Amino acid sequence: MKVFEKSPSFYQVFERKSGPAKEATHYCPGCGHGNIHKMIAEALEDLEVTERTVFVSPVGCSVFGYYYFDCGNFQAAHGRAPAVATGVKRANPGAIVISYQGDGDLAAIGTAETIHAANRGESICVFFVNNAIYGMTGGQMAPTTLIGQRSTTSPLGRIAETHGNPIRMAELLATLPAPTYIERVAMGDSKQIMKARKAIRKALEIQKEGKGYCFVEILSSCPTGWKMDPVTSRDWLMAEMTKVFPLGVFKDESGNRDEGQWDRHFEGFAPDKVNAYLDRLKSALGDSEALSLPRDLHCKFAGFGGQGILTLGLFLSQIGMRAGHQVSWFPAYGPEMRGGTANCSVNISAERIGSPLVDHPNVLVVMNQPSLDAFEASVLDGGTIIVDTTIVEGRPDAKRLNAVLIPASAIADEVGTPKVANVVVLGALVAATGAFPPEFCEATLRAVIKKQSLVDMNMAAFRRGYDHVKNGG
Amino acid sequence: MARQFMKGNDAVIVGALAAGCRAYYGYPITPASEIAHAAALHFPALGGVFIQAESEVSAINMVYGTAGMGIRTMTASSSPGFSLKQEGLSYCAGAELPCVVVNIVRGGPGLGNIAPEQADYFQITKGGGHGNYRLITLAPNGAQEMCDLTMKAFALADKYRNPACIMADGITGQMMEVVELPKALPVERDHLGWAVDGTPATRKNLISSIVLEPVELEEHNLKLDAKYKACEAAEVLYEEYRTDDAELVIVAYGVVSRIVYSTVDQARSRGLKVGLLRPITLWPFPTAPIRALAGRVRALLAVELSTGQMVEDVRLAVEGRAPVHFYGRCGGMVPGGAELVAEYERVLAGGGQS
Repeated sequence: MKVFEKSPSFYQVFERKSGPAKEATHYCPGCGHGNIHKMIAEALEDLEVTERTVFVSPVGCSVFGYYYFDCGNFQAAHGRAPAVATGVKRANPGAIVISYQGDGDLAAIGTAETIHAANRGESICVFFVNNAIYGMTGGQMAPTTLIGQRSTTSPLGRIAETHGNPIRMAELLATLPAPTYIERVAMGDSKQIMKARKAIRKALEIQKEGKGYCFVEILSSCPTGWKMDPVTSRDWLMAEMTKVFPLGVFKDESGNRDEGQWDRHFEGFAPDKVNAYLDRLKSALGDSEALSLPRDLHCKFAGFGGQGILTLGLFLSQIGMRAGHQVSWFPAYGPEMRGGTANCSVNISAERIGSPLVDHPNVLVVMNQPSLDAFEASVLDGGTIIVDTTIVEGRPDAKRLNAVLIPASAIADEVGTPKVANVVVLGALVAATGAFPPEFCEATLRAVIKKQSLVDMNMAAFRRGYDHVKNGG
Repeated sequence: MARQFMKGNDAVIVGALAAGCRAYYGYPITPASEIAHAAALHFPALGGVFIQAESEVSAINMVYGTAGMGIRTMTASSSPGFSLKQEGLSYCAGAELPCVVVNIVRGGPGLGNIAPEQADYFQITKGGGHGNYRLITLAPNGAQEMCDLTMKAFALADKYRNPACIMADGITGQMMEVVELPKALPVERDHLGWAVDGTPATRKNLISSIVLEPVELEEHNLKLDAKYKACEAAEVLYEEYRTDDAELVIVAYGVVSRIVYSTVDQARSRGLKVGLLRPITLWPFPTAPIRALAGRVRALLAVELSTGQMVEDVRLAVEGRAPVHFYGRCGGMVPGGAELVAEYERVLAGGGQS
């Protein structure tokens, strides 16, 4: 027997539902979900948005929302419906997106998703069916279970000191600036139900107008979970639940917001646009040359954070790249980036580079004493070690290694700023290794140094470092 | 030729943009954060979506939402964050949603550290979340591959309607190399039959992983399994170096394959006939090529940044045809070349760990 005519936003026959009863819902007698579904379906139809509606079902009794709603449907993981709804709405701002959730889903396992979707002002409708119990899993305590209310996991009744108090989600979310409309309604008497109908409709209207996030909390009966008959349930809802969860509008900014204000911009994939964009990411160095490399460089640069150690490695890498060689740069990453000791490894090779790590460098730059202590022994016999003698007190073994001693920081001060000590070292490295022509390096630096005001100082620093070594420093 | 010197992590996003990825959802974590930084810069600039989610869990569920619309989307994280995404990945696999997830693996278990490791091999390639499913897993070993394999991951995810994972280590994410910038090409999409995109064309579709009836859920699982078998038959990628006459084949992926590569010539100059087999897809695993080598080498040696995970797949491939040895470092320790050559020597002399 059909009591009501089904909304066209419902399937007329629930083919997705298992079992023989394809025209009845799976909800228990007296449950509020059926009527709430009906009010949503009617509003979708009246607002003429069913065809572009996406309904996200939660985990809980309404997990099977997709049995009934004749619109696009998602079924989400427990508590994640607002995150799923976010992923839908952002990628199609024209869709009408509903996140339909129960109390366990929304206010327990999915609290973070609930609060943050609201806080971002996602232009979605969250319909929160609060029946103060976990229905589907067998009547366990919900985050909204009343004090004293018995459940299978609070058999003696909910105790505030043990279980905490029922959470008032509408009030909590109303403290946030982004939400547009927040109201609590009840499936109690016919007057309350009419209000609920209006609130649901209003929330969907706000979304249709692109005015932002709406949250409608609907107090609803669960005769099975509460172990009451439907009439007693309704009375208990009206008498007891509304004391803890007062009905009313907690926030309404719909009159103050412009149409479309909260619909985020989204564009589909346009390969030409992406290609034009990627082209802007390309290196300023242009095509590479095909310089010869006297021998592969396996360099380690080490010093204090703030001395430009990583940048020194990057400059050398970019010189190597422009010269047409294989290059890798690897920083010792993490907390050491923020002060303390910094180091990076650079390989420049004519051949494919294996390990990006440099265990045994043939060029080591040390710009503080701990680096000399830590890395000198790792340098290959006959390798080059460059020491900033302004800062490093110790001296390397000049018999085993090609020791290049240069007061790089002092020279940098003379040039104008201690910040270019790293480029003084770079000049020294290029002179000591003969890896690249100095003019080639200078041209590369000109191209990669973005701040024009710093170019001259860097050029001077490079040349001073280079000359220091060439003139036998 | 447009090139740039860039970090592996940045190259992931360049590849994603070129592949037509339109939405990125993520949460900051070292050593993967540069991926989110690049996404935050580039996605909105191209009219796409970037959201810094409230959690890793939310990020993967936002991916579930956008992927369900038939739009290319991704997330990225590092080990502890990837563990949190496992729930969402199981749902994506169950609902057959194509998406890409990147894991820049760091040291574990627990909070561990931020140094490179490969100890997420099990949680990535063996399912990780609940249920019968697999992640298509690609293991780049340099910045260019971070870009190229990300593009490939999107294509495979679409082809099999399944999540695909980029498994890289902290070194591969953090190091900079020269990357040839990719070209974006139009993507053929055939999603209207299954996606739900908020348009009349997809009104009757459903994105879901619930199959209530045991008979039907078994059917669904068998359908997924057939898909995974087809993927195993068609998509294995690997690289060999000097395995032709090798007596010892080293199996290594990611940054370890780079280190091993630099030791092969060195070891051979000392009379050790070694070669390298590098799995590029970790799932599907290059079982057949390893099995073929096993029939003609003296031994195999798996080298990993773990206490021994991939080695199990090597043993399953070899099925006793040859001894399979293992050498691993972990906690962020990375083997040096000399250390590895000494191990090759030990194995070839009849020693080594197994």
